[in-house]
Amino acid sequence: MTQTTPEAPVRRQRAQVKVRTLRTDRWWLVPFVTFLGLSSFLVYGVWAIIDTSIFVEPYIAPFASPCLAAVTCPEGARVFGWAPIGDWYTLSPGLLILALPGGFRLTCYYYRKSYYRSFWLSPPACAVQEPHGKYTGERRFPLIMQNIHRYFFYAAIVIGLVLAYDAVLAVVHKPDGLGSWILIANAVLINAYTASCHSCRHITAGRLNHFSRHPLRYRAWTFVSKLNAKHQQLAWASMFSVMGADLYVRLVAKGIIAFPFA
Amino acid sequence: MSYKAKFKVWRGEGGEGRLEDFTVEVNEGEVVLDIIHRLQATQAPDLAVRWNCKAGKCGSCSMEINGKPRLGCMTRMSTFDEDETITVTPMRTFPVIKDLVTDVSYNYQKAREVPSFTPPAGVRPGEYRMKQVDVERSQEFRKCIECFMCNNVCHVIRDHEENKTNFSGPRFLMRIAELDMHPLDVADRQDAAQEQHGLGYCNITKCCTEVCPEHIKITDNALIPMKERVVDAKYDPLVWLGNKIFRRGK
Repeated sequence: MTQTTPEAPVRRQRAQVKVRTLRTDRWWLVPFVTFLGLSSFLVYGVWAIIDTSIFVEPYIAPFASPCLAAVTCPEGARVFGWAPIGDWYTLSPGLLILALPGGFRLTCYYYRKSYYRSFWLSPPACAVQEPHGKYTGERRFPLIMQNIHRYFFYAAIVIGLVLAYDAVLAVVHKPDGLGSWILIANAVLINAYTASCHSCRHITAGRLNHFSRHPLRYRAWTFVSKLNAKHQQLAWASMFSVMGADLYVRLVAKGIIAFPFA
Repeated sequence: MSYKAKFKVWRGEGGEGRLEDFTVEVNEGEVVLDIIHRLQATQAPDLAVRWNCKAGKCGSCSMEINGKPRLGCMTRMSTFDEDETITVTPMRTFPVIKDLVTDVSYNYQKAREVPSFTPPAGVRPGEYRMKQVDVERSQEFRKCIECFMCNNVCHVIRDHEENKTNFSGPRFLMRIAELDMHPLDVADRQDAAQEQHGLGYCNITKCCTEVCPEHIKITDNALIPMKERVVDAKYDPLVWLGNKIFRRGK
């Protein structure tokens, strides 16, 4: 009879189950669907950077807003008519700001979970063995850079406000336009996703140990905590809304969507 | 209504063992632990299983049922199809003593490495005063029954035995978060969480939260807030500057 002794290699003492998992449910479905969803966002993002149809009065495509380039941003697409990037820049305006919302989502605690599971398979699902021989987590470069998430959060607040401004402007100029209300819905979801962020929760009052000394911050934390519980849903909803709104504006700009209340 | 269920149960001592097939009676309202006990009573008297309260409160009967970490006493047989073969194995992350009983001493070792509650100097037991609103956040973590399924499912040590030295697992990182959020605790938990207990290994894939039988939001309410506190302490230059300018301590 085999004895479990301190001398035996520890790894050998675990149950030597020969399969990666004994799960019998469809554990692969969620990471697979996540992989498809995130991949579609990446592919769309690349296309949106290349595509130049970013503006049709009064709509601006969210992927290109705020539009900062003097050459490639039409007059009406600029925030307060401001174009700080001079004539030297002739590439897509989306390229200038891509890193901010992109970085916010890339370092987001929910997205990290989703792409670690679906792209890196670390692990693909709970109690399913990952395929990697070694694991060091977020302790070293480059993954230690995930800790700058809060700085992307600050940038995301600005981007969210600009998208809200774009949407309000669209409603003011074209209240009966479907695109105006699509932009409004997108701005609401983007800002709700931003406000539900774990870093936001920490900054409002999560870092405090004495809520009782900061009643207003505690109330803000309570509100953000409620939103935070829906962070995953808001992450997906805002991802599809920004893609949908962006595509809609571009299709209107190209004349592909041309019905009267577009 | 009774029926005969097909079971595969891990049998063996140490790492060596095999799945043994059983066909066993199941009655209405029973849980997996009841069936394991019936196997002991009728077919395998030497089958080892750790159990105690049969009410989901002692955390003893942690096992893996169809590959998922579960409490045997809280897994109803009615959640399975009658023709389904149910596989029961010990927790995979810990060494097996016999059959379904694992050696969870890793967890007790890690528990000892977390310094206990440290009140401010001069405040003696009986003099602790705090408001409910300040402590209720960490009270969620006190629901833990120490079934160790979170540590069992965490891939950091489940798939990488070598990380056990440097990683305390979600259970004890949650304990550190509980103490760090405590209004009267003055010990430096943030640096220790990152450097000694391996918080940086956690890639927040939330399996600990998924398996917790007490439904504690381990990732969202303990690990991520703790990561954010570690960012404050170690990685955020603005917080560092603010602390210097405003002379903020803990």
